[in-house]
Amino acid sequence: MTGLRDYLRVVGALGRRSIKQSFRRPQFLAPILLFPTLFLILNTGGAGSAEEIPGFPEVNGILDFEMPGTLIQCTLLAGVSAGIAMALDVEVGFLDRLVTAPVRRSAIVIGRLVATAVLGLLAGVYFMVLGLLAGMQVEGGLLGYLVVLFMVPLSAVAFGSIGAALALKSGKASVVQGIFPIVFVILFLSSAFFPRNLLTEPAATIADYNPMSYMAEAIRDGVISDVSVEPLLKGVAGLAVVIALGGLLCAAALRSRLRAG
Amino acid sequence: MEAATIRRSGAGLPAVGLLMRRALYEVVRVPGAAIPGALAPTLFLLGLTATFGNLTKLPGFTTDDFMSFIVPVGILQGATFSGAATGVNLARDIEQGWFDRLLAAPVPRGALLAGIVFSASLRSLLPISMLLIVAFSLGVDFPGIDGLLVALVLALAFSAATACYSTTLALRFKTQAAAPLMQAGAFMAVLFTTSYAPLELLTGLLHDIATVNPVTQIVDAARQGFVGDVTWTDTWPGIVAVLGIGAVFALLALRGLRRMGR
Repeated sequence: MTGLRDYLRVVGALGRRSIKQSFRRPQFLAPILLFPTLFLILNTGGAGSAEEIPGFPEVNGILDFEMPGTLIQCTLLAGVSAGIAMALDVEVGFLDRLVTAPVRRSAIVIGRLVATAVLGLLAGVYFMVLGLLAGMQVEGGLLGYLVVLFMVPLSAVAFGSIGAALALKSGKASVVQGIFPIVFVILFLSSAFFPRNLLTEPAATIADYNPMSYMAEAIRDGVISDVSVEPLLKGVAGLAVVIALGGLLCAAALRSRLRAG
Repeated sequence: MEAATIRRSGAGLPAVGLLMRRALYEVVRVPGAAIPGALAPTLFLLGLTATFGNLTKLPGFTTDDFMSFIVPVGILQGATFSGAATGVNLARDIEQGWFDRLLAAPVPRGALLAGIVFSASLRSLLPISMLLIVAFSLGVDFPGIDGLLVALVLALAFSAATACYSTTLALRFKTQAAAPLMQAGAFMAVLFTTSYAPLELLTGLLHDIATVNPVTQIVDAARQGFVGDVTWTDTWPGIVAVLGIGAVFALLALRGLRRMGR
């Protein structure tokens, strides 16, 4: 019990440090809020007439359809930011000092991921408020909001685990920064911004296998209609796949870093 | 007095050439730094086409091939990435003290700016070529010599204009931390236009911004050959816009250069 309490204390301390770091350095926080806001304006304005295309789902407005994609985008960027921050910790030797301290190694990664979840949640709240002010309607009511509050922080954890794995493996912030354009492409190859049935090939097929499609669709289901079980379960399955993959990659990268000394 | 004489004696042109050559060496010696910027426009072209390809089904869309519609946006993105990278590299040179040595050299400040700016245009040929190879191999119709020429000339000029913008910021902030401002500003200037759809089909804030954004004229002029015929009526507003933007930021950059070291 004491062991668990100590573990949680370390996770909490490292998580608080990561959150403070993000608020002190605007370059970590700005991309999470700025880019998705700009893309939200772009996507709603650029695809504003898309509701007229046959096969486009019935929505109150294009903003309702695009918001879930924006939420996934902001958690994705929170994951990249977490990776960059962790790589900087490696570069300045902070990780080495942590490794020599009497703390469980997994707490180092979990602490960072807890902070990423908090940042993802804050960003999610910001976007929901922005959306509601701009006329968005959450058809799923309270359940719809709860789905958002459940999916968004966990999505941030999922993408944060991939970012952390990349940081631990490479140890270079520039490498993690370099995946920035690729991150956008992976997002475009999902149904985050456009219905899966209206994507062009081969994107439509890729989107079927892209967990981001199911994560975005789970959030979207509660925004544009009543919450249903199937999309939610698929979204949770998508989350589980990314978290499991990120966790395995983190463990492997940390082990190989420690072995290399 | 001697330095001033040298500055007027035509040392500028070789300096421009040397600075451009140095920028090219950077691409060859540190390809890892150049590859993301070179690849990004192509990746965006593929990503946007995959997602929004069916927007062409909307009544009033000027073409039935979305990739052809968006290729000029990718070309201009390649130009802006190179222009922004020039500012980031300049900020690095300022941080490391290399630029101070350049300022102490008997070279006119205008020539320094020209060297920096033209190197951006030269570097932008890399992402643009990559994008065009991918686009043509994926079935985008050749826009004709005139269409391609208009798009390329506008892109190179826009790259120079973006380099002036990022140089202004580099000289103002003197740190690479200003990089996101350089990259995001230039990147969004291209996207907040008719990049996704014709102006009539845009809605909300994007429609309002695209209407007043001068870069819309450049995008539309560069797009002509890819979606139809090239006409002077659709070309000259793009030329005026790129020259105007370039002139404003060139003046600001020159002012920043003159203030350096005072």
